[in-house]
Amino acid sequence: MEVFVVSLLNGLVYGMLLFMLASGLTLIFSMMGVLNLAHASTYMLGAYFAYTISLYVGFWPALILAPLLCGLLGAGIEMYGLRKVHRYGHIPELLFTFGLALIIEKVVQMTWGLIPVPYRIPDALDFPLFTIYGTQFPAYRAFMLLISALMFLTIWLGLTRTRIGLVIQAALTHPDMAGALGHNVPRVFTTVFAAGAALAGLAGVIGGNYRVTEPGMAFSMGPIVFVVVVFGGLGSLTGCFIASIMMGLIQTFAVVFDVSLADLLALFGVIVTKATPGSEFLMVSLPRIGALLPFILLVLMLVLRPRGLMGTRDT
Amino acid sequence: MGMGRILTAAVAAVGLFAGVMAAAPAVAQDTIKIAYTDPLSGPFAQTGDANLKQMQYAIDFINAQGGALGRKFELVPFDNKSQPSDALIALKNATDQNMPFIMQCSGSNIAAALIEAVNKHNDRNPDNRIIYLNCGAVATELTNAQCSFWHFRFDLNVAQKAEVMVKALPKTTTKVYLLNQDYLFGQSVQRDVKAFLANNRPDIQIVGDELIPLGKVQDFSPYITKIKASGAQALLTGNWGPDMSLLIKAGVGSGIDLTYYTFYAHLAGGPTAIGPGGAGRVYSVMQFSENVAPKLGNKEAEAFTEEFRKKHNFEFTSGLFRTIFEFVQASIIKANSVQPIKIAEAMEGMARKDLLGLDVVMRKDDHQIMSAYFVGKFDKKGTGGVKYDAENTGLGWDPVTTIMATDVVQPTSCKMRRPRS
Repeated sequence: MEVFVVSLLNGLVYGMLLFMLASGLTLIFSMMGVLNLAHASTYMLGAYFAYTISLYVGFWPALILAPLLCGLLGAGIEMYGLRKVHRYGHIPELLFTFGLALIIEKVVQMTWGLIPVPYRIPDALDFPLFTIYGTQFPAYRAFMLLISALMFLTIWLGLTRTRIGLVIQAALTHPDMAGALGHNVPRVFTTVFAAGAALAGLAGVIGGNYRVTEPGMAFSMGPIVFVVVVFGGLGSLTGCFIASIMMGLIQTFAVVFDVSLADLLALFGVIVTKATPGSEFLMVSLPRIGALLPFILLVLMLVLRPRGLMGTRDT
Repeated sequence: MGMGRILTAAVAAVGLFAGVMAAAPAVAQDTIKIAYTDPLSGPFAQTGDANLKQMQYAIDFINAQGGALGRKFELVPFDNKSQPSDALIALKNATDQNMPFIMQCSGSNIAAALIEAVNKHNDRNPDNRIIYLNCGAVATELTNAQCSFWHFRFDLNVAQKAEVMVKALPKTTTKVYLLNQDYLFGQSVQRDVKAFLANNRPDIQIVGDELIPLGKVQDFSPYITKIKASGAQALLTGNWGPDMSLLIKAGVGSGIDLTYYTFYAHLAGGPTAIGPGGAGRVYSVMQFSENVAPKLGNKEAEAFTEEFRKKHNFEFTSGLFRTIFEFVQASIIKANSVQPIKIAEAMEGMARKDLLGLDVVMRKDDHQIMSAYFVGKFDKKGTGGVKYDAENTGLGWDPVTTIMATDVVQPTSCKMRRPRS
């Protein structure tokens, strides 16, 4: 019970962090059909910006300024980069964002150095909020939950209740039609790209000090975010939300349950010993492969339901 | 026609360049060259870069003492991008220029490839041999099954480090949790630590033993929950990089009463990533720390590291680098020759004092160094033995445990094949 409750909380926090990163990506991906490989790099930039800004004016202004900077950068990338490459099709766009990711990583290494920077949790939030079964729940984690929940609410309300949101939704599913009706679709694209980048930046601001701010952080976070986006399905924020929470919980609980395929077979009366063919594979315990489960799920999802959990279309 | 002309020009330029390269050794014949290959670009460049600066510093020191046989030493770096194939290219470059030494620190897979290539090269080219100085590839096999006459390891191997870690565990610790990365190195740490626990500390109970996928875990909180539930007092881990820092950060953040014994928390980036939360809780097995010299009252060694800090604004962490060059210098002087085979014969079994004044021996049986080793406790600058901090974090390593060279001697299965000279 104790382990269950704590793991549930852990899973939620991690899932929400994933969601912050994935929500921006899913918007961009659904709308422009571009898997923005530089998305996690924006997350990294958010963390580094926040670190530098917080050196001068403290954490709270950084919480606002760093995502704004990332948003501006995103808008610039879309207007002066992606839009130019757009006419050559998806592959050049993909390559463009890939190159961008490499460039950003190198720039970060040259600006802030190769080793981690001491970006720390602000003192005001550096205390245990409550103690559950002897494990402290840091206030900062609650803060992360709060920010991400607020963010989800804002995006959701923005998309469904505002005019621009409706135009975005229209452009998501029927870009040509939205354009024909007189909406400035390229500007919508820029807005969405900038918003996505700002969200990733925000995730960086609050994730960078909770985790470690170092040049490898984009690379380590990138793959799992793509899994969430594809798993959740294109064009669906809800799908993305469910997928994020699911991945967070799966990875968390996989660590706690010390079982293997052999144990599963034992329930059916099949005893696996060292002599059984493939015993090495069958006896691998769940925690050992827990971090890989999302990728296994991704493959299954692509085989069984290519449009993802709540996807509205296939491409 | 433009293209053709450019191509011709390029070919000519390359040819010219190659010519200059070929001519280079003749010009600089008076230095004794030591090739050094490690990642100098890419994600692990920080390690290579920090190593290079410290080696250069140590070499400058040796040269200031006159080098060997009236000649100075020169370090020639080659980037291997953490790839064995690139390390072999570096070896080819080194042998083409008749360098008597090649040095490499990071990655036992690269070390294994180098040992094999060096063996072959030396067998085939008796008049152009090369010695491989291993400055940090620590897989135990390299001085056991894979041992070579041409390979000298100047760092303790995994099994020895595991023994040091186990010896540093306080008497009050009776429950430990093992967590390692699921690949060759992590598994050998797991195996060796278990073996020494069983042997040296039968009173200790292993309450958890875990392997995690290398570099894939983003959130370590669930592991901390599990460790907490197991009732462990200490966590023993061979993890490096984010797998180490995220693990410790998650543990410290949840406020559980746990000490962390690591192999790599003190390496570049570790202290910054862990931060003040780890003070008094994190221990690391290390070959050297700036804080050892003041503890031993060794003014000369302290001045040596202080000078480095003034020059580079980061700490000198690799005392064994100076040992390497001192062994190289002493062997050349003893052999009165720069012929690799004579140097290698002189280096085998050589015993000296290191910069701290402690005994160091290059064991003849397997070419494994036996040197003193330390376990540092992460703490605030000014508390305990932390005179110098790491990475300007205000936190540093207090060498709380010292294990002497004679206490890290372990049997070897090496069957050394010595060439006829």
